[in-house]
Amino acid sequence: MEKPINNRAWLLVAPVFLIVAFSAILPIMTVVNYSVQDTFGNNQFFWNGLGWFQELLDPSTELGGRFFAALWRNLAFSAIILAIEVPLGILVALSMPREGWKVAATLVVMALPLLIPWNVVGTIWQVFARADIGLLGYGLNWLGIDYNYTGDTLSAWITIVVMDVWHWTSLVALLCYAGLKSIPDAYYQAARIDGASRWAIFTTIQLPKMKRVLLIAVLLRFMDSFMIYTEPFVLTGGGPGNATTFLSIDLVKLALGQFDLGKAAAMSLVYNLIVLAVCWVFYTVMTNTGSERADRGEPA
Amino acid sequence: MASITLDHLAHAYRPDPRGPQDYQLKEINHVWRQGGAYALLGPSGCGKTTLLNIISGLVTPTTGRILFDGRDVTHLPTEARNIAQVFQFPVVYDTMTVRENLAFPLKNRHVPRADIVRRVEEIASRLDLSAVLDRKAQNLTADAKQKISLGRGLVRADVAAILFDEPLTVIDPHLKWQLRSSLKELHRALDLTMIYVTHDQTEALTFADTVVVMHDGSVVQTGSPEELFLRPAHTFVGHFIGSPGMNVLPAEVRGRTAYIEGIAIALPCAYPALPAGARIELGVRPEFAQLARAGSGLPVKVRRIDDLGRTRIARIEIAGHAAAATVPEGLSIEGDAAGLKLDPAQIHIYADGALVAGEGGV
Amino acid sequence: MTLELEKVSRAVHGVPHISDVSLRLERGSLNVLLGATLSGKTSLMRLMAGLDAPTSGRVLADGRDVTGLSVKKRSVAMVYQQFINYPALSVYENIASPLRVAGLPRAEIEARVVEAARLLKLEPYLQRRPLEMSGGQQQRCAIARALVKRADLVLLDEPLANLDYKLREELREELPRIFASTGAVFVYATTEPTEALLLGGNTATLREGALTQFGPTAGVYRHPHDLATARVFSDPPLNVLRATKAAGRVRLASGDAIAAAGAFADVPDGAYTIGVRAHHLRVEDGAAYEAPPADGAAFRLRASVSVAEITGSETFLHMVAAGEGVDAAGLIALLPGIRTYEPGAAVDVVFDPGHILLFDATGARAGRVLDVAA
Repeated sequence: MEKPINNRAWLLVAPVFLIVAFSAILPIMTVVNYSVQDTFGNNQFFWNGLGWFQELLDPSTELGGRFFAALWRNLAFSAIILAIEVPLGILVALSMPREGWKVAATLVVMALPLLIPWNVVGTIWQVFARADIGLLGYGLNWLGIDYNYTGDTLSAWITIVVMDVWHWTSLVALLCYAGLKSIPDAYYQAARIDGASRWAIFTTIQLPKMKRVLLIAVLLRFMDSFMIYTEPFVLTGGGPGNATTFLSIDLVKLALGQFDLGKAAAMSLVYNLIVLAVCWVFYTVMTNTGSERADRGEPA
Repeated sequence: MASITLDHLAHAYRPDPRGPQDYQLKEINHVWRQGGAYALLGPSGCGKTTLLNIISGLVTPTTGRILFDGRDVTHLPTEARNIAQVFQFPVVYDTMTVRENLAFPLKNRHVPRADIVRRVEEIASRLDLSAVLDRKAQNLTADAKQKISLGRGLVRADVAAILFDEPLTVIDPHLKWQLRSSLKELHRALDLTMIYVTHDQTEALTFADTVVVMHDGSVVQTGSPEELFLRPAHTFVGHFIGSPGMNVLPAEVRGRTAYIEGIAIALPCAYPALPAGARIELGVRPEFAQLARAGSGLPVKVRRIDDLGRTRIARIEIAGHAAAATVPEGLSIEGDAAGLKLDPAQIHIYADGALVAGEGGV
Repeated sequence: MTLELEKVSRAVHGVPHISDVSLRLERGSLNVLLGATLSGKTSLMRLMAGLDAPTSGRVLADGRDVTGLSVKKRSVAMVYQQFINYPALSVYENIASPLRVAGLPRAEIEARVVEAARLLKLEPYLQRRPLEMSGGQQQRCAIARALVKRADLVLLDEPLANLDYKLREELREELPRIFASTGAVFVYATTEPTEALLLGGNTATLREGALTQFGPTAGVYRHPHDLATARVFSDPPLNVLRATKAAGRVRLASGDAIAAAGAFADVPDGAYTIGVRAHHLRVEDGAAYEAPPADGAAFRLRASVSVAEITGSETFLHMVAAGEGVDAAGLIALLPGIRTYEPGAAVDVVFDPGHILLFDATGARAGRVLDVAA
């Protein structure tokens, strides 16, 4: 809805601008400042130009190598959880009840994992999956499966992926459920009359009508998983070795562990740019599908 | 192709109906002839949509059977019933072209490719959709979308009946005329049983050869548009059909005369067998009640005259009861006193709402 | 209040929604906006309400420029096609809600709610919830809420479209009386010509975002200034034929010629468009057809029946005219009584030159404006 222009509105927005300036723009400028300098501590800084960035983007250097390894790990992680959570979420949404008391019950159960703080999720799984005392870890080993997330890369990855799927599939499912609920009954009736199979109903009615919420789900899950920090930090601390060291974990190691402020600043800027670029792509795709609807004068 | 028989059909939404008040649809027996054009007419909540859903198989009736050509289909699912349905709001598959939409029911039934192509072209040309066959269905206007929904039913060679659920709700008035007449032409050309559900009497009467009027879960009259108009079997039908509806006035009948608060009206026949204690009413349509100058006919009071362009309708009072009458061309009324002339042949007498047959008429 | 639109236009992303509309709506008047879907009725109402700002032009209330004024500062009430009520509140509280927001004293609220309820016949239902009532009553509740504010401008956007035919009829009959009892400017959008005629008042016809005519409803119906208005204001659709006048005679594009009479009597030679409403067409049996009469008083053309629709007391005959010069949509005649015709039957369509609407090549009304009454 468009509203008549009123200049006094700027007055009301001004405090927000001030807060954003202090909370976001100033820190970012500090980071930009660090990224072009080197320091050996003692608050002594030396001009380094674009040196850190050149090193960062060159995989043959130590910094570049470690950056790209972490970036690939991040991308792989996001791809894996999206490939699992999106289809699984759709499947869960499709099998959720449509009416009656079961709806409320299901929604509450589904929402539970979403309400648990990240570090608690990490802790729960850290205990649950421990090979010595955890129910899952102990159980798997008892069954003869060699499972140890602190020592074995594959075990660590599987644990993190399963943990994320457990934590976040509900979100995808709930979004899809909302999309499904908005489809009028007449569509299903028409499809039955047209003799459509279950699969045809899914591809011709449900999937197209869920397109918009799915885009939102994919965007949310991608951003979240791409910036994942707390859960793997609590669970594996980035190990074994560097096997689960994602960009955010590496960044913290670099900045707080090694106190390489310049390198860390450059890395965080590039990290930030990647996130922004992906956001922009999604935003463009979503507004385009939105305006197609608006052009036809259809209610959303 | 099929005739559809409703055999002692009734439906209640609660699983343990105790009395008639629990029934959404009271017992109904009816045969929809093969090739007939039917309308199911009634106000919201009269049970017409429930009945339609029972025919299409979306609802299983509480009691009774439904037969297609004598075969019991009461418990068959929708997809096994060879029916097609056009809904109130257009249902098209958004991602498909018009051609794919029309081909969809055939593809699902594994019809050979060549047959699909031929059939789709044929139906598209019948529905004037040939020019838009390769456009995306979602970008078309509401009336084109309704034609696509209809087309998805028509492409199937095995379709026995087409059900319409208020299909013109979202269509603009001038397009309604076109769509309605093409429906009628299709019906004639294709020899299909068509059942059209609506609350709009004009749509029902213009579409159907036989109109089934429903009220409060039961059928109150079944007949041709002419019968419903000229001899409404129930005051509800008189009121519901016609615009404005029939004037229904409380009366007393003695011999061949009816009295409305003492005003005498000559009747075409006598009603010796009127049930005692019943509520007696006189019904006459505004079309057969003409306003006249004061002094001729019954004395009435004119409250308002509506100019509808091609006709004028007077809102009048007869002995304090509201009624409507036609204003003949050229008549102008000064003040609020006027006369009313009734066509005696078109006056009906109702007892407790039901039409009573007269005796000794001409 | 008098509401005035001065050369108001609005475009969204470069697409014109409203083009150069000027209108003056008087205090206490009922004004119908008549036009097809997407003709700009809703867009125009939003401009009147102040929900949208015009791209150019001014909106004046009692001569005061209110173009940029937000809807909250104007005295506006709106009723929509959907029945919009607060589901959790009783009918009484629904009607009272705008007054509670305005902070009126208790006694005043009570008095106004009771008055509005009486006007809309809602008194027996005041303690019910909206969803426990029929659609017609729900919409009455929404209208009562709009009236109780005593706003200067009340906008109704197809308020009866979602109601059953009979409920629509009932409410439509009461609305003019209800409107007359307040002093507000009423604006009522509809797609149906019959509805406009029943409501009376003034009618503005809209087509593709432009105002084609504005005036007293019956006047606009009888004397449309152009072809677009005549088409918008005809139900059944207007029958449209082409004709040429030359040397005192008028020839229909389909062939027949008669002496120029009626509206044709004093227009210059040239090409014209004839509009005839359905009830002015007569139909004669095709068997009686011979050579066109040399100086027949009426136009006559051959047609074949496509469909006959019977309404109980009347027959709508859909026909396709022989030859060129008739709208592709064909002809529709409204005939009294029940007439049965076989599809494909040949008939003669006859109409009087005194009962036509004549338009020149640009679509503007031509000739002496005759009173094509009834």
